[in-house]
Amino acid sequence: MNPSPWIILFAPFISAVVIALLTEKFKKLSSYLSVAAVAISFVFSLAVFFGPDATEGFNWIDLGTFQVKIGYLINDLTRLMLLVVTGVGLLIHIFSIGYMSDDRGRSRYFCGLSLFMFSMLGIVLANNFIMMFMFWELVGFSSYLLIGHWFYRPAPPAAANKAFLANRIGDFGFMLGILLVWSASGTVTFDQLSGRWSTLGLSPGFMTAVALLIFCGAIGKSAQFPLHVWLPDAMEGPTPVSALIHAATMVAAGVFMLARTYFLFQPSATALGIVLWIGLITSLLAALMATQQDDIKRVLAYSTLSQLGLMFAAVGLGVPQAGMFHLFTHASFKALLFLGAGSVIHSLHHEQNIWQMGGLRKKMPVTFWTFFFGTLALIACPPFSGFWSKDEILAFSDRNISAFLAIAAVTFLTAFYMSRLFVVAFLGEPRSDLVDHAHESPGVMTIPLILLSIPACISGLPFIAPAFIKVPEHEGSPIGAFTVSLVAVAAGAASGYYLYKGKNKDSIDIPLFEHKFYIDEVYGGLIKWTQDLLANVSGFVDRWVIDGTLVRGLGGLTWGSGFALRFLQIGNLQAYAFLFGAGVVLLLYFILFGTK
Amino acid sequence: MSLLVHLIYLSPLVAGVGILLGLPARRTAAIAAVIALASALIVFLGYDRASSGYQFLSSLPLVTEWDLKFLVGVDGLSATLLLLTSIVALASVWLAPKVQEGENGYYACILFIAAGAAGAFASLDLFFFYAFHELALIPTFLMIGIWGSGNRQSAAWKITIYLSIGSIVLLVGLIGLYLLPSPAQRTFDIVKLQQLASTGAFSGPGSRSVYFLLLLGFGTLVSLFPFHTWAPQAYASAPVPVTMLHAGVLKKFGLYGLLRVALPLMPAAARSWAWLLLILLAGNILYVGLATIAQKQLDLTLAYSSVMHMGYIFLGIASYNVIGLNGAALLMFAHGLSIAALFAMSGELRKQTVTLNYLDLGGLATNMPTLSFVFGLATFASIGLPGFANFASELLVFFGAFKNSTPGAGFNEFQVVGTIALWGVVISAVYMLRAYRAIFMGERQARWQMVKDMPLSLGWTVMLLVAGLLIVGLVPRTVLDAVEPGIRLFVK
Repeated sequence: MNPSPWIILFAPFISAVVIALLTEKFKKLSSYLSVAAVAISFVFSLAVFFGPDATEGFNWIDLGTFQVKIGYLINDLTRLMLLVVTGVGLLIHIFSIGYMSDDRGRSRYFCGLSLFMFSMLGIVLANNFIMMFMFWELVGFSSYLLIGHWFYRPAPPAAANKAFLANRIGDFGFMLGILLVWSASGTVTFDQLSGRWSTLGLSPGFMTAVALLIFCGAIGKSAQFPLHVWLPDAMEGPTPVSALIHAATMVAAGVFMLARTYFLFQPSATALGIVLWIGLITSLLAALMATQQDDIKRVLAYSTLSQLGLMFAAVGLGVPQAGMFHLFTHASFKALLFLGAGSVIHSLHHEQNIWQMGGLRKKMPVTFWTFFFGTLALIACPPFSGFWSKDEILAFSDRNISAFLAIAAVTFLTAFYMSRLFVVAFLGEPRSDLVDHAHESPGVMTIPLILLSIPACISGLPFIAPAFIKVPEHEGSPIGAFTVSLVAVAAGAASGYYLYKGKNKDSIDIPLFEHKFYIDEVYGGLIKWTQDLLANVSGFVDRWVIDGTLVRGLGGLTWGSGFALRFLQIGNLQAYAFLFGAGVVLLLYFILFGTK
Repeated sequence: MSLLVHLIYLSPLVAGVGILLGLPARRTAAIAAVIALASALIVFLGYDRASSGYQFLSSLPLVTEWDLKFLVGVDGLSATLLLLTSIVALASVWLAPKVQEGENGYYACILFIAAGAAGAFASLDLFFFYAFHELALIPTFLMIGIWGSGNRQSAAWKITIYLSIGSIVLLVGLIGLYLLPSPAQRTFDIVKLQQLASTGAFSGPGSRSVYFLLLLGFGTLVSLFPFHTWAPQAYASAPVPVTMLHAGVLKKFGLYGLLRVALPLMPAAARSWAWLLLILLAGNILYVGLATIAQKQLDLTLAYSSVMHMGYIFLGIASYNVIGLNGAALLMFAHGLSIAALFAMSGELRKQTVTLNYLDLGGLATNMPTLSFVFGLATFASIGLPGFANFASELLVFFGAFKNSTPGAGFNEFQVVGTIALWGVVISAVYMLRAYRAIFMGERQARWQMVKDMPLSLGWTVMLLVAGLLIVGLVPRTVLDAVEPGIRLFVK
């Protein structure tokens, strides 16, 4: 038995339990425990990275004919994801020590982070659908805890509820899909399914339906249209949480899950087409919304939605490897950008509006430069990491002209809104007193920034990336995609730079983008007119019709209302109960006696 | 060992009588509850899981003419429910408040409810199975009528009339069951009845009507839609220990009856009525679930949610296969612990704030960190978060419902209702998270400055319940390995 995967999984779990039960009062100790746990997971992930494929498990439930297993599956996909999750996770844990240093709920925070690592690693290691689903739900729970960390403010609890419910809606489809997979094939284990699924002779419609139901889970977790609404609100959580959970790892779990269960999607061109277009629609909408946001974290949140959409588009194009490649590069540069934003926010006493910033270059040089590298990686400027992975997706879309154009448009928009963000927040003159008093963050925060900027710069390079992931080979010349990509980036970055250089307020005003296409408002109305209306009708019917008329009417008929009421008025329940008990005994006696 | 089985119901029964005769109420009750719990735990652990069937049997013949005897014994299912009964009984005795008037009566009633429930689960004789349940119902009515809150007289009246009618329907069904076999074979002995079933003694033309009566009778006691409206008002009015015992334990009697008597004896009739049960339980999950969302105060939300969650147990029963029935049994245990913990804490809240209305409350987590932490655990247990027993059971219930299908043949009625039940998981998340946020989260309010964290005694009590949920949730085999052999005996 190979203990490494179990140690990777359970080290953070033990940390979470110990913090919750024992070290709540000792805040420093709690944070060190949490960091130590993820460090252990990281070290053993390295061991697994250089180790062989493996799978192993035990029966969690055993009903003879039906078993639920807890087990791990180690292959290339697992190895890459383990490294991303524990590596980025470790740096963000360390950053958190500095960022949360004056928070009174620090122990609770680190307990939540450890619980999250446990849940996320469970998804990565799972060798079957049911185990994946369990950790999938737990990830949603830890995300709920961390978004709602500042529960005594009005906005975070609302955002936490919204996130959990959006995820539950997605998981409704996910579980339904799992149930159908199981009832059709009799198994939920990935390596058994991958060989068997397409040989079962199932109808194409059924296979499409199953694939799409499973995809629902990914839509919820990865915040794709139409369940994307929770992610921007989730920015109410502490910024390192946004970096770890709502950018680098958890929201990428949907892409990972599709790569893991690609055998379900491969047989259905319809399902792949829908995955492609859900991804592209999300990507475009989110990029448009990002152009009009003033909150530094929200801009990054929309860019996360947009990049996740591109990863799904890659899966939809039939190259999940390209999606995973982008997940890999995105994890480091997006974590870097969020932590950079966190460093700024921390220094500006929780000011998040970019129009209150400006001129941070001299005040915070390390944050400035690392954020700059992160930006270049995100907008896909060669030779930074994001360029290679995004170019890969663009190249594979060359047979689908509309997808190609959509991705090119997203590339342009990304370069535009990121240069807007960078120009407004970091360049020019300080726009508020806060900036005058700003100072560079301590080493515990800047060192993770520097370490993250290394993979953000180089992890996509053709002589480095293959060490981590098999980059899919593309037939035909990539020159076309390369040129389009380069032009789009240059045009976007240049227009963003010149439009916003030296400005003190937004030079563009598009309310539709600013208000996120009014989707939240539409959903609010939908909930009010469907769920709440139905709930109120049910509540009313239950109280006044079923109970009020039928039950009371029946009660009156059966017992004779005067008779029953007289007892009530006397209030002599004891006598009543005695009579009732005696009646039952007599009834039993007579029926038995009479039938003999 | 069989002595220990007797202790589980006898110690609260004797202690209850002793308290009425003047023994110190609280101390006697606590000792009796601890003895019962220790016995139940030993019985649960001592039950030999390798050899299925009833164990620790002991019998006292009463009327040989009718083959009526006092027969007691357990299998994995009843051992689990006895454990549940004793845990919840100890918890409710422990946190029973100081009573101004008639304290002895109050404690005696709690003990009689516990004794009645335990006796019903331990009896393997139809007569005592029924009689013990009646023994538990009467003190329930009394306590609501005397020590209840709000509109207690009307609540007591309603639950009395309602459950009495349910009991009488059940009684008629049970008598019908007794009369089904040929006169020479008639017996009250459940073990013998189950052996008779394999000879086809209950497959005659009357079995469909008898099963129908049992389903209605047991169903009413479990608040099967549309016979559920007694529950919300009764649970909101009843004293906290009664609500915990009734919602947590006593209500499971009807489900236990289906699993112990109705299903094993009349499998064909059960399958032929499955369509009706499916429709009604869909009402529990969808209709009552939506009605739960409309509730505006915590006690009613919990009461409605408890009605809703019965739908999942019924779904496991309706599926009638090894997976679904095990899920149903496990969920009986899980729901018992989680709803008891929630009602216990809701009682503490009411004691401190008087109101349980969501609009009045808010931001209490700052003042009550421990209570809000444990309440959060119980909340997430009740909405089926993995790691808690409720998740493992609901998972089995869903797989049980989807087991009854032909691959690729489209949805049958089990899958349709299974899908509705799956959506119910979203509904429960909506109302429970809404409640949690409204009460504990948000800005701290000046009017709740004086609210204090829960007292240590309550803390330990609810921790005990939540720990049970976590242990069984993390290692469901603790319960399933005991329950499964008994279920496999009657499901081929």
